[in-house]
Amino acid sequence: MGEPVPLPAAPDALPLWWVLLLPVLVGLAAWATTALDSAVTARASGRPIGPVTAALTPVRESARLLVGQRRRTLAADRVLWRLGAAVLPVAAVLAAAVLPLGSRAVADLSVGVVWFNAMEVLAWAAVWMAGWGANSALSLVGGYRFVAQGLAYELPHMFAIITAALGAESLRITDIVAAQEDLWFVAIMPVAFVVYLVSAAAMAFWAPFDAPVGRDLAGGAAAELSGVDRLVFAGGRWLLTVVTAAMAVPLFLGGGTGPWLPAWLWVAVKTAAVLAAMVWLRHRLPTVRMDRWTEFSWIVLVPLMIAQALVVALVVLGGGGGM
Amino acid sequence: MAATVLFWVLAVAAVGFGFAVFRLGSMAQVTFALLASFLAVAGLVLLLGLGYLGVVIALMMVIEMVIMAVFMIMYMMNPAGLMPMAMYHNKAGSMTIAVGTFAVLAAGILLVHWPVRRGVPPPDPTFALGEALMSGQMLTMMTLGVALFATIVTCVVLATNRGRYDRFGDDLRSGPAGGDGR
Repeated sequence: MGEPVPLPAAPDALPLWWVLLLPVLVGLAAWATTALDSAVTARASGRPIGPVTAALTPVRESARLLVGQRRRTLAADRVLWRLGAAVLPVAAVLAAAVLPLGSRAVADLSVGVVWFNAMEVLAWAAVWMAGWGANSALSLVGGYRFVAQGLAYELPHMFAIITAALGAESLRITDIVAAQEDLWFVAIMPVAFVVYLVSAAAMAFWAPFDAPVGRDLAGGAAAELSGVDRLVFAGGRWLLTVVTAAMAVPLFLGGGTGPWLPAWLWVAVKTAAVLAAMVWLRHRLPTVRMDRWTEFSWIVLVPLMIAQALVVALVVLGGGGGM
Repeated sequence: MAATVLFWVLAVAAVGFGFAVFRLGSMAQVTFALLASFLAVAGLVLLLGLGYLGVVIALMMVIEMVIMAVFMIMYMMNPAGLMPMAMYHNKAGSMTIAVGTFAVLAAGILLVHWPVRRGVPPPDPTFALGEALMSGQMLTMMTLGVALFATIVTCVVLATNRGRYDRFGDDLRSGPAGGDGR
């Protein structure tokens, strides 16, 4: 083997020890989101809980799952079952590596957008494996539902993130942020922003796209998960939600740009706003049937996104960019 | 040093998982062993400095293998159970072909007299590769790509059961058939 060419170097990535801090940060954000969600759930059920109780709910739930017994099913495919649950949080943290926390990311790859997409797509395989492995009909149906859902959301989702890359003429996330210094991309590509948020919810099988783990399937892909397996699966799902919501900030909401506050605080504030909107919508919308959503997604969203990409391409060409 | 270690780990993983395709008993496990092999190859491509190609291989292979698993199991296996079943036919023949191809290619790598590199690699090898492959035909290829994509989407939309036939019935000109509340 010859001398390997080094990967296109990141100009100024965060120091290496941030690799250890990143999962903690994403985990804390997931904790805050879970707490908010449990507060909203309690309020909707007519028994509001205080902020302290809400903050403790995820902790208590995690402790309960940690001491809970792992369920065993007959003739389970144990390798794929455990792997499916474990891949979810790993994929979420790997996707977060290209997320600018402030003005810099842990790994500022030259193909950051594609890396993000490749990592989040692992969730597809993960949920199917978790659904398949248990050898249970309901969980198998849940796994298949998620694959169908993936077919529906993935095409508009790819177009949405590629439109942001097109607007910046770069696949590097920090370049995309830099291109929004004057004008956030949400202003010139509002359709892409909305489609991104919708497909991000679908990717994290978040309501109204929670059919793969729906109540009508007794928990779907997660039906047979208990104890630590359920904790890893559910935790991975929360992490995935946080990371996909956080990626909307550098792609469409100008990243860390903003007056007065430092960049990292702006990123935190904007991410919190996106997550709050997702939690709010989760409790407002009923579960969407996947066959109908696929039809809408392919017939309405895909052409809409192509038109949006065309408009952005014309804006970029008109602005003196391009060839 | 680190690159060499990484190369051997990924190379062994790629070959090992590839061989596992013949050894594992469940079709689902075989699919994901193949996926693991492809991901190791994607890592090797990244190691060559082809960032975009490597990540795209990972992205495409995950999508492809999940869809393949669904179709394989749908067509070739009792979908209700986890009966062990292999994904290949003629085990001896297919294994001979696979191992033989590997041996021939590996021998070729070792026996061929490789030229010494002249010049330096371009700053973005993926970009240079794309330009070398389709320099003058870039616009044609881009148009072709969009046309192919539109064809795929249109074919699926026209063919799907819950599509226009579901809504309009056999005679598409007669208007909505109704019945399912749309």
